[in-house]
Order: sequence, then structure tokens, then C-alpha cells
Amino acid sequence: MLLIPCPFCGDRDETEFAYGGDAGIERPADPGTATDEAWTDYLCFHDNPKGPHRELWFHRDGCRRWLTVERDTYTHELRTARLSRP
Amino acid sequence: MKRQPFRTAEGGHLIDRSEPLRFDFDGHRHEGYRGDSLASGLLAAGVRIVARSFKYHRPRGVWGFGPEEPNAMVATGVREEVRPNLKATEVPLSDGLKASGQNAWPSVSWDLGSAFGLAGDILPAGFYYKTFMWPARWWHGLYEPVLRRMAGFGPAPAAPDDAFYAKRRIYADVLVAGGGPAGVAAALAAARAGARVVLADENIRFGGDLLRAPGEIEEGDGLAWIDTAIGELAAMPHVRLLPRATVTGYYDHNLLLVAERAGEEAPPGTPQTRLWFVRAREVAIAAGAHERPLLFAGNDRPGVMSASAAGGYAHAYGVLAGRRAVVAGNNDSIYAVARLLRSAGASIAAVADTRPGGGEAPDLPCRADRAVERALGSRRVRGVLLRRADGRTSDRSERVACDLVAVAGGWSPAVHLHAQARGSLRYDEERGLILPDRPGGANRSAGAAAGRFDLDGCLAEGWAAGTAAAASSGHERAAGPPPRSPDRSAGEAPVFWQIGAGKRFVDLQYDVTAADVELAAREGYRSVEHVKRYTALGMGTDQGKTSGMAGLVLLSEALGRPVARTGTTTFRPPYTPVPMAAMAAGLLGEGRDALRRTAADDWHEARGAVFTAAGHWRRPGYYPREGMNEDEAIEAEVRETRAGVGIVDVGTLGKVDIQGTDAAAFLDLIYANRISSLRIGRGRYGLMLREDGRVFDDGVVMRLGENHFYLTTTTAQHHAVLQHMEFLLQTVWPELEVYATDVSEHWFAAALAGPGSRLLLGDVAPELEVSDEAFPMMAVRAAAVADLPALVFRMSYSGELSYEIAVPADYGLALWTRLLTAGREHGLTPYGIEAMGVMRIEKGHVTHAEADGRTTPDDLGLGRMVRADARSIGVRSLDLPALRQKGRQQLVGLSVIDPETRIPPGCQVAESGDLQPAPPLGHVTAFCYSPTLGRALALALIENGRARTGQTVHIASPVIGFSAAAEVVSPVFYDPEGKRLHV
Repeated sequence: MLLIPCPFCGDRDETEFAYGGDAGIERPADPGTATDEAWTDYLCFHDNPKGPHRELWFHRDGCRRWLTVERDTYTHELRTARLSRP
Repeated sequence: MKRQPFRTAEGGHLIDRSEPLRFDFDGHRHEGYRGDSLASGLLAAGVRIVARSFKYHRPRGVWGFGPEEPNAMVATGVREEVRPNLKATEVPLSDGLKASGQNAWPSVSWDLGSAFGLAGDILPAGFYYKTFMWPARWWHGLYEPVLRRMAGFGPAPAAPDDAFYAKRRIYADVLVAGGGPAGVAAALAAARAGARVVLADENIRFGGDLLRAPGEIEEGDGLAWIDTAIGELAAMPHVRLLPRATVTGYYDHNLLLVAERAGEEAPPGTPQTRLWFVRAREVAIAAGAHERPLLFAGNDRPGVMSASAAGGYAHAYGVLAGRRAVVAGNNDSIYAVARLLRSAGASIAAVADTRPGGGEAPDLPCRADRAVERALGSRRVRGVLLRRADGRTSDRSERVACDLVAVAGGWSPAVHLHAQARGSLRYDEERGLILPDRPGGANRSAGAAAGRFDLDGCLAEGWAAGTAAAASSGHERAAGPPPRSPDRSAGEAPVFWQIGAGKRFVDLQYDVTAADVELAAREGYRSVEHVKRYTALGMGTDQGKTSGMAGLVLLSEALGRPVARTGTTTFRPPYTPVPMAAMAAGLLGEGRDALRRTAADDWHEARGAVFTAAGHWRRPGYYPREGMNEDEAIEAEVRETRAGVGIVDVGTLGKVDIQGTDAAAFLDLIYANRISSLRIGRGRYGLMLREDGRVFDDGVVMRLGENHFYLTTTTAQHHAVLQHMEFLLQTVWPELEVYATDVSEHWFAAALAGPGSRLLLGDVAPELEVSDEAFPMMAVRAAAVADLPALVFRMSYSGELSYEIAVPADYGLALWTRLLTAGREHGLTPYGIEAMGVMRIEKGHVTHAEADGRTTPDDLGLGRMVRADARSIGVRSLDLPALRQKGRQQLVGLSVIDPETRIPPGCQVAESGDLQPAPPLGHVTAFCYSPTLGRALALALIENGRARTGQTVHIASPVIGFSAAAEVVSPVFYDPEGKRLHV
């Protein structure tokens, strides 16, 4: 089970968090002009890399901040965890 | 006959001879002492056959001393309370213990299944893939029942396990796994440096290998030194000692699972097993090593056992596993074991050393360059044949009579925890050892677990590991020099595995022989993982602790490639079996989860409400009535509400306070319908979509001020909605100035419903203008209700004139009771969620049964609510072809034609009522008997549903043979014009 270094709360158990998927997905700025293909890409076709992965975690039972975490999906090594909101 | 014929006259540091215990094995009474394991008790009593093997049902005795035991599988207790698949070596003896051996019927001594041993050739590796296949018709009548009787290990208990199990979570700077010399040294060094230390060991007493054989530390007895060190550790407040606790799992980021067994003298209320979840900054792995077997024909016979175990039973328990022993092996340990056995009273028939030079032991009957070729005897060993270790056949074998064969095949470091942490392993060709290489977490292996077998080396490595682990966790106080021992023997063993022919067992538990491994290689298996699964090698409860290495070497030899290239199978937790009941601790029954009660719960309880679970909440399902059954009581609640006035507790809804200059803009983005056009003091039904266009949640949004909104969510999606809002505010639109605050805990709410609700509200809120004009539908008013500060919303879920009254949660019970008191003269009826469900079906309101994560607004008939702004979450997706195509399932009402028919749960909707296999049109999402309409109603999602309005379809449950004709109608069965909202 992961230990996630929350910038507000310190090292916290994975059970306090909710996973939010790939942090690199940008919502199209104007969905109305997005083609079906571009929209479907945004909705469904996400990378699932073996290795380093920037992903979102929500500290649900803590500070309720969304964090961007760099995790190695193979070793589960966590490199950084920072606030998603700039 | 003497009660304990194989007990020595004195000795045995684990037992207390002043306290004899009686126990029962396979129906025979025996006696042992406090401190015995079941294995030592059975050996003392002279019981040699303790189980039958899995496949051939061969008689098996005790092989090992601890968790590596592959043979002595027993069940304790009887019938309801039976605990199967225990290792006799790990079961502490207790007074009155009842145990039986496994895989045998009627008993281990006389076992009918042993006929399979004679027919062994039909059960080769992978036999379950090959035999019992033809003829197919024999399967049910013959093969299946026979195999079922044979398969598996112990009996399953006949009743739930009502023993107490528990879990705990703790944090440590340093967890030390294993309390032998290396582990105790590591713990002492780390603790003296100031680190918070947890020291866990599987045995009842710390000491590891020193329990089995004497050793010298700091110019004194090794075990005495351990006791002193444990005493020092026990006195330190930052140290936790866990005897009888096995570190079974090493998970991500240094989370370790430790399974602690209750001691025999544990006070009442002690959990049978307690699982410790230890998050450790650093781990010192001092898990020791397991003694390897030697492969020779008959190496599974009762009386053939691990040499260190044979010595251990004599030293720790004062038990002789045999009176005349042959000690055989490939390393120096055999001489020490032989002397230990001799001093305990056994005679040593021969000490056979496979090494050409042998060892120096003029006091013992040594045979250098000799190995056991075959163990003689069937139900127990009667002797051995010794021959030249190189296997040359020209020499004649020597026959030596004995009743104990103690075999020492060298040691396999317990690299399990290191490997579970995804540390890499390396194979030391010269020493024949698989050793920890690069660690996969913040851990270090020490002592025998790292391939260091001399006592002095174990102490030094443990000390160094403890010091380094403490330093890495920030504790660098000097701990002094390491303890020393004169024992610096390397304990090396050449790689020697097998000799001769015949049934040479590699995996004793699963009856895998050397020939099986060779057969798998011949049949084309190359991967060690595949061979494991094909032969079942290492798949037993001992997980290959004794067999793994031998199997690996045999496979490599058969494939003609180096061991390093074959590699090992994956080491997965748990290291030793953990009872399922311990894993389930805290997950069953009351207390498994938070139980949430609304502010009016005390009243519901006092009123005798029958509660229904709704997520974490319990809500009144209905209020039982004198002389009525459940259905009648629910129908009465519905009738009285529709005719007069009812009250329902809606305190469980999620409530969110939204404020900020961009609040209105934000709500427009997260709801599919427009919110920003709301006037202050008004509310609106809001429909929330997921980004993929499916309905996510619904509720009511009220505008309390220009930049201030209050909204409700469904009970179920409350947390998901808040997470969704925070996601959007923090990652997608961080520029929006909006604050979403969960105020669900702050507010209690009750709804008054029914044509009488206005009069009642007027009574309890005299300052409030309640006329239809002054307080119109979907308006919000702040007012005193029953002298309590309240927000009152005029809205309706029941389909009647209705008001929802919210007060600060602390006033919830007061509001509820005052409304009930004031309502007495109005005939106020409390109703539960069953009646609420009936009324919502009558009105065709959707819940999560319809908004099931697959349906769009249009599917639910809510398509017209969606405004055309593709920026709002989910709206763009509604344009995707898949969501616009014809043939989607749509929400409809089904009115059952026969008024006497009631709908059972789990129904499909079919075109025809003949119950023949056919693709269904859809399914029933909700059903009830409507007291208002006098017939059964259902909501259903069916293909092209709205176009079928007026047609007859069939509500069907082929599983129970039910079918009823129903007319497809609008889902709004009751008052489609909404006149009842304005009475």
C-alpha cells in the first residue's frame, strides 16, 4: 500500500486518497468545436505506461486537495507529490 | 506403557515438566507438557504417522521444526470448530486439545486412499490434465465424487468461526523480522541508537536457531544472552516485542503484515490472531534459513526428518524422534546434531557425510563419502542403505538399522521478504545458495537470511543492519560494539541433491517426485513458473520452503542449463498461511463500517421503525402497525400521505454550500441545465452528468444570494459529487472563484407531504406566508419553524404539495418531535423510504436504479432539460453517435394488466410471455404495488421504450417461471399534470 507524501498533511496512507488517473489529460478548451475523435480521445484513450506516470490523487480524508503525483507504475516508487492547483 | 516413551529424563528448555497436558490425536489420548508443540508432543508419545500425503496417501511423519513443515498437516477441534491445514510444528499443545491428521480416511494409521500409492503410475505430474478425461460420462458418477473426496487438505468447519480476531496499525522506525541471534542483535543495536523498534518472531520464545542447538555468545550460553537482550529491549518504552508473530507480507512502501497468534495462556478477550499492519521506515530481515532435504528413495518415510529439527526436538523439548539414529548430510552440522542426539540418549548408528573427506569426529561412527540411497520400511523407517556418494554402483550398499534418519542438505536462506519487496536475487553457484541481492525497499537482510550461517557472523551482520537501519531513520546514537561468538564455522555445504532411483520426493506436501520434475522438462516445460503449476511443486501450504531449491536444481539439470538462468518462482505474500478470519477481522458484522444515524434516529428507534441500509446510513424503511403486515403498513403510509399529510426524514441527503463570485457560472458548468438564471429565493431541479454524458446525480439547487447557493445531492453520490466538484475547481477551472463546502453534517431536513401540509406548516410557522401565491412552488424561505431557525423549500418528491424543512442538525430531533406533536391534530403520518419509494414510482422520478451509470438524460426522458452549451460537463458527449443512435433503452412505465398480480424482484422485460430463451427488451428497474392505482407498477428501461407506448410487453423472471402482461405507459403514472402540487 502506497505512502503518499501530501504537501499539506505529510506521509499518508493510500487509503485516505482517491485515485484520479492521468494528470496529463487536458480538457478541450472549447468542447463544442472538438471533433468526435478528439473528444473520444480525451474521454477514453489514455496512456497506461509501465514506468514513470504523472497522476492525480485526491486527499479525500485529509486536506481535500488534488495532488499531482509522479509514480512509477512498475516499482510504485513515488518521486514527487505537489498541489495540482498552481 | 510409559505415557511419554520418547521423552528424555531431563532437558528441554521450552517445556515445563511440572505441568502435564492431556491431548487427543485421531481418537487416542496422549500426554505432553506445557510448552510442547503438537509435533513434539506426538513425537514424545511415539506417534510417528501424523498425516497422509496429498496424492499417494503415503504415511508421513514430522519433518521439520517450524513453518517449513511440509508433512505434519493436522486439523484441530471437531466439526463446527475445526481448524484445518495447521502444521503440527506450529500448534502449541494445550490441555484437552483435540487434533487429527489430514488426508486420511478413516485415520492416518489405516487409510483407504493409500491404494493410490500402489497405483502411483496413473498419477504423474499434471495427472489432472491427463487422466480422468474419458469416458466423459464417468465424470459425474465416478471421477468427480472420488476426486472430491481426495482433493484439498483438511475439512472445512461446519459453522462460522466465532473466535475473536483483530487488526492493528502501527508505525516503526525499524521493524526486525526474525528474533534469532541476528534479529535480536539488530533490534538491540537499533533500539540503543534510539529508534522505535518492532521485533517480531514466529516462535513463543526468542532465540531462533539457538532454540534448536546450543551456542556461545559473549563467553556464555547463547540463549541466556538472548534472554538478557530481550529483557533490555522489553524495558525500553520505544520497543515493541512480538513473539508468536510471523512477518508474512512485505508490501509497497514498507508496509508489512505481521500475524500474531494468541499464546496458550492469553487472557480471555485476546484475539486468536491479531494482524499488525506495520509501516516501517526501515526493515531488518533476519528471517533465518530452512534446512534442505536430500533426495533418496523413501525420503518421505516417517522417521526421516530434518537434522536440525531432530536435534531441536531433543534440545528444546527433551524429545527423541528416534532411539537409533542415522545422521546423513553434506555439511559439518551433522556432527553437532549427532552429538546432541547422543547426549539426549539416542544411539548413533552412523554419521554419513557425502563429502569425500568427511569430517573430523573420532567419537562418532563416521562414514565419509557415503549417502543414504534408500530408506527402508513402509509405515516407518526401519533402516537405510548407505552407498558411495558419487552414486557408483560397483560398490555394495551397506544396510544400517535405525528408526530415525536425520538429513542435513544444507540451508536455503529465507529470502521471501526480501523478494516480496521486489529485491533482486542472485544465485551463488559455488555455495549453491539463492541470496538477496539489491533490496527493493528500505530493507537489509542479515544473518542466515543473507547466507551467513556462523553465529559470530550472524551477530555481526545483525548488529550492523540494526545500526544502519536506525541511522537511516534518523537515530545515530552509538550502540557500542557487536556481541561476539567463537562460532565462526562457515557452515558451507556443497550442492548435493539426490542419489539412486525410486520415489524421491522433492515436495513432500504435494507428492512431487524428482521424476515428476524431469517429466515436466521432457514434456517441454521450460519456465520454472509453468513447472510449478504443472507439477504443483511448491504450491502447498509450506510454499516450497523445503522443496523449492531442490526442484529448481533438478529442473535446471534436466534442461541442461545453469540454475541462475532458470530463476525462481515469484515470492508472494503471505510467507505463512494467515487465517481468512483474521483477514476478515473488522470487516464483518456490527462495526465493520461507520453507521450513520440522522438527528431524528432516536425517535425512529423509539417508534419501532424497521430500518433499511442506505450507504452508511440507516433510514426508517417503514413503521410497523398493530394488526398489519409489512406491505399493509407501507400502503397505509402512502394512502394517509396522499390523502392527508405525511412526514419523512430526509436528513441523509448530501448538502453542499457553494459561494464565490463565480458560483453561478460554475453551477452552469457542472449541471446540464441552466442554474445562473435562478432568482434569489428560488430553487430548481438540477441534473448532473458525467463527462461521458451519462447521468451522474440529481438534486435541487437553491439560490440564497447573488453568489450563494445551497444544493442537495442524492444520499449515495454525496461524496462522489464533492470529489467531482473539487476536481473541476482545482484542476480544470482553477481560475474560478468558488468554494464548495460540505454542509451535510450541519443540516437536518424533514419533508412534509400531502394536501394537508400547508395547514400544518402554517400552524408551526406562524410568521410564514404559506399561501400558494406568497410561497410558490420551488421557492425558498428562511423562517422560524416550531420556534427553530429553518430554511423551508417548497418542492415535491412524492407528487403531493410538499415542503422540505431544514434546520441546523442539533435542532433536528427537536424539529421532528415538535412537528409530530403539532401534527397530531392534522393526522400527521410518519413514513419511511419504502412508502417514499412507492410514491416516487407512481410519479416516475428517477433514482440510481434508473440513472445506473449507463443512461443519458434522453434515455430517462429528461433530454429537454439539457441546454445546448457544450462547455458544461458531459453535454458534448451527448452528441457522440453512440449516444444518439436509435434502439437505446429508454425509461417507461409498465402497468400490470391483472390487478391481482405482484411483481417479484429481478425481472426482465420480454416481447413474449412464453419464458423461452430470447434476448430481453430490457429490465425492470423498480416495482411496487400502488395502493393509489390499485395495481402493480414498474419502471423499466427497454429498447425504444417510448415508441412502444400502448403496446403490451411481458414482465418475466424465467428463473422462477414468472411472467405477467403489462402495458407500456408514461413513467408518470400518477397526476401527470401536476395538479396535486398546487392544491
